[in-house]
Amino acid sequence: MTPLQLVFLLTAALTLVAAFRVVTTRNLVHAALWLVVTLFGVAVLFVLLNAPFLAVVQVVVYIGAIAVLFIFAIMLTRREMRDQGAQLNKGWWAAALVSLLTFGGLFWLTRSWDGFTRTAAPLPTGQDTLSALGKALVSPDAFVLPFEIASVLLLAALVGAVYVAYREK
Amino acid sequence: MDSALILEWVIKSAILIFVLLTGFAYLTLFERRALARIQVRIGPNRAGPFGLLQPVADGLKLIFKEELTPAEADKVLFTLAPVVTVVPALILAAVIPWGRDVTLFGRQVSLSVADLNVGVLYIMAVSSIAVYGIVLAGWSSNNKYALLGGLRSSAQMISYELALGLAFVPAILLADSMRMVDIVEAQHPWWFVVIQPVGTAIFLIATLAEVNRAPFDMPEAEQELTAGYHTEYSGMKFALFFMAEYAKMIVISSIAATLFFGGYLGPGVDRYPWLGPLYLFIKIVILLFGMIWLRATFPRIRYDRLMAFGWKVLLPLALAVTFITALGIVLEMLWLIPVLSLAAGLFTVAMVHRALRRKAYARA
Amino acid sequence: MLLQYIAIAILIFLSTALAGLVIVLGELFGPRVKTNVKSMPYESGMTPIGPGTRRMPVRFYLIAMLFILFDIEIIFLLPWAVVFRKLGVFGLVEMLIFILILLVGYLYAWKKGALEWE
Repeated sequence: MTPLQLVFLLTAALTLVAAFRVVTTRNLVHAALWLVVTLFGVAVLFVLLNAPFLAVVQVVVYIGAIAVLFIFAIMLTRREMRDQGAQLNKGWWAAALVSLLTFGGLFWLTRSWDGFTRTAAPLPTGQDTLSALGKALVSPDAFVLPFEIASVLLLAALVGAVYVAYREK
Repeated sequence: MDSALILEWVIKSAILIFVLLTGFAYLTLFERRALARIQVRIGPNRAGPFGLLQPVADGLKLIFKEELTPAEADKVLFTLAPVVTVVPALILAAVIPWGRDVTLFGRQVSLSVADLNVGVLYIMAVSSIAVYGIVLAGWSSNNKYALLGGLRSSAQMISYELALGLAFVPAILLADSMRMVDIVEAQHPWWFVVIQPVGTAIFLIATLAEVNRAPFDMPEAEQELTAGYHTEYSGMKFALFFMAEYAKMIVISSIAATLFFGGYLGPGVDRYPWLGPLYLFIKIVILLFGMIWLRATFPRIRYDRLMAFGWKVLLPLALAVTFITALGIVLEMLWLIPVLSLAAGLFTVAMVHRALRRKAYARA
Repeated sequence: MLLQYIAIAILIFLSTALAGLVIVLGELFGPRVKTNVKSMPYESGMTPIGPGTRRMPVRFYLIAMLFILFDIEIIFLLPWAVVFRKLGVFGLVEMLIFILILLVGYLYAWKKGALEWE
């Protein structure tokens, strides 16, 4: 096993354990913090994939902004920040069955796809992925339209947030 | 990858942490002495010559202090919060280049811990993590003042992070790169503070809010919040918060020096690369003195005005400055950038002045 | 490229170890005498009334929401800034459109009073 694989396995295990804790812990603030650990694990996976820009954006946007929003939202809504009810209800076996079936179906479907078994070609060394990304974002023959539409999406979110929070005024 | 490389990184990281810790210790002394001078006092001068042993005495005292943990605090997070605060403050400095590459023991050694091609974004990412320590400290203490201080502080930090992030953009535009070394080398004839003075000013103001320094030290407003988010902390856990604040002051000054004041550049640096760290050090000390001077001069800003200033003044101005820089580059008239941005800056100051005057009349 | 991140991992490890060491030092050498009064929340000598953690105003949530939107905008600006010189006027106009659309939302928030802190 190469050191790279070892790092990958450790990070993946950490990410999974943290994700599991997100849904099982009873304290909502703790759940939000486990979510941060999960997101950080994903950022490390991006680094391992040689995508440093995505890794750092993952930290800036998901950890630095969205998870902070979650924590604020938790502090906003719950007076008693502890969930007292049972975590499993009567239908848990049905849910487990459905998710097992879904997983099996997906596994069966993607079995024939060679994306999992084929080793991807290594990135050409010395290529500046960052400026390639910048060019792809804003050059007319690439993603300029989705890029501009993204700003409309952000606008909708902004107006919606302000409208909902300030309806009474 | 060889073991010598790993050893090099361990040594460089250890040196960086050591420098930041020593810097933190002596910055506290420097601040107390400088503040005292400004207020016509002498300041601490008993421990050692010129009070040079004062930080050691402070540290020893804190080690032997009793640490209190409130009964209803969240014990794990209460201990974790100071760690989460201090680690980002220390690792923020990883991408700062202290000079050009030098040859040491027959190896080519770069004078930064990591030379990332997303250096500027790395700084943004790490400084956005710093919010957590403060929120967690406030929340886990189970204290009303601490919670309010933590919330205020985090809201202030994320608000000013926008202006801070936008202030990076002119520097990237002018240097065509996010790598810190490229940004420094692009300032060869002209420092970016000359080309983009308003962007520099926005950056410096936003960093003050980022490190919660006066006049933006709202989270620690003792009249209303006792001590803000670290009300319940004592002993070495308090020392960690203190360390984080001062280490961050140093790091953020070095970022400002690197992005806008030419970093390690200076006369003679081409011939003697070891002058680089010296120049950067001098620039950092000057910027730190500026921060201390501001603390001695300005009263604290009211919280509503602080938020309004961040959202209604700094954010639009930073956007305008970004576009002025882009415009100047497209037209290939670099002299246009300082002229237009200074005009925009003056216009903003005039508008703020008008708004404040109108408010004063409305009240009278 | 990947190698540079190992250096950062080492730095993170060392600084966490240092912070842990500092906390352990405090635990080892500090005296510990627990009393009920000492472990009460500190409110400048008053006996605290009610719970320590309460619901906070909606304003903080809104600020965080606005922050996310503008943060994403800045994230888009950064790779644009790196390649700006190669794009020229086209890049400038394009980013101008992007920002102007978002500015509409900014002005709406301003007019609605979302940026006030009364």
